[in-house]
Amino acid sequence: MVTSVKLETPLDEKTINKLKIGDRVLLSGIVYTARDQAHSRLVDELEKARRENRQPDLPFSLEGQVIYYVGPAPTRPGMIIGPAGPTTSCRMDPYTPILLERGLKATIGKGRRGKDVIEAMKKYKAVYFVAVGGAAVLISKKIRRAEIVAYEDLGPEAIYRLDVEEFPLFVANDIYGNDLFDEAISKYRKVT
Amino acid sequence: MREIACEKVARAVENLCISSNCHLSEDVRGALRENLEKEESPLGKEVLKQILENARLAEKEKLPICQDTGFAVVFVEMGQEVRITGGDLYQAINSGVINGYRSGYLRKSVVGDPLQRKNTGNNSPSWVHVDIVPGNRLKISVMPKGAGSENMSVVSMLSPSEGVQGIKKFVLAWVRERGVNACPPLVVGVGIGGTFEGVAKLAKKALLRPIGSRNPEPFYAEMEYELLKEINNLGLGPQGLGGSTTALAVHIEIYPCHIASLPLAVNLQCHAVRHATTVL
Repeated sequence: MVTSVKLETPLDEKTINKLKIGDRVLLSGIVYTARDQAHSRLVDELEKARRENRQPDLPFSLEGQVIYYVGPAPTRPGMIIGPAGPTTSCRMDPYTPILLERGLKATIGKGRRGKDVIEAMKKYKAVYFVAVGGAAVLISKKIRRAEIVAYEDLGPEAIYRLDVEEFPLFVANDIYGNDLFDEAISKYRKVT
Repeated sequence: MREIACEKVARAVENLCISSNCHLSEDVRGALRENLEKEESPLGKEVLKQILENARLAEKEKLPICQDTGFAVVFVEMGQEVRITGGDLYQAINSGVINGYRSGYLRKSVVGDPLQRKNTGNNSPSWVHVDIVPGNRLKISVMPKGAGSENMSVVSMLSPSEGVQGIKKFVLAWVRERGVNACPPLVVGVGIGGTFEGVAKLAKKALLRPIGSRNPEPFYAEMEYELLKEINNLGLGPQGLGGSTTALAVHIEIYPCHIASLPLAVNLQCHAVRHATTVL
């Protein structure tokens, strides 16, 4: 039996510090969605603001927040949101360290993260959760409310604010530099 | 000649887009259940349970299994005694895709230009493979292919001297490196032989085979069996979170090739093994 830790967003440092790879988490509260093109726009604005020496104009504050890498299917009438499972996280790797530097505390996706992101998570004290890729209908049932907050022109790639209830996740990278994929795969490998 | 109207083709494709996306076939569910029993890792078991529960919910509510409802790959086997009437076969297929993705509330995941990347808004165009075969039937298979696993696929031109061992070594190394991001448990489609472009199609067609089927040639059936065992010894497990269920099946398709060539393609398929077929 796998036991679960219940967490509420936004995530503070004390909560983050306790999380270890392999922990099962049920996450509740607000998370923001973003994938390829939304990340590109967020990071473009951050870099532009830095060059122009001004505060960035972002659709949401990154401080303590959680980004979920997802592009939901269209919402059928009468439903809150369409199926909404995680997309492959490594495509967001080039953008992630700058967002972590700005206070982002967790990301949710599927698959491995690159070395630079793992290092940045150690440095800025953030974690990476994985959801089950392809469990899109099951996950959509954990979403209580969904609204588009930016980039509506991007269709499935728009930024949504989601209110989730007990979203089932696993901690894949903690703030100590551990990697669940490395550890778990070597444990079950039967060849050298 | 037997006449088949374009409208009929479009309606068939529309239905196939929806049914393939919302229904996980029994061979896949059976393989998932069987592996749930055998899986050694507690996290792996939890992942497999979520995948099965998700398929049940999708079926019950007629929703797509995965939000990535894919690029529509369409395989057509057209009897040489069939004549398509009332328009263009390719247009008919694309209008079926457009209607299916709209009425089925499926995600539109196609950009019209690979670098300028503006969404076409209707999931067209599809990629259509047509094979002319004897007879007067039209067999259509729709395979919505998600990018997570498609991005983790490869073509490699091996040297004939590398032989069986070279093929196995390449496939194993590829799955070890790229399998995690392709949403395991996987179906591993392997094409061997033919030409550079042909081998990729062999690997993709291998994914249409039902789980549990074997290559009719015992030599390749044995290779499928051995590769599956070795892939599951890699330890990747469901979603790459460790375990003994990395793949549900390995399907090999072959074709004759040049004396100097040994083309190899590996097309990875995520656990949402989606395809549907109809015969007109």
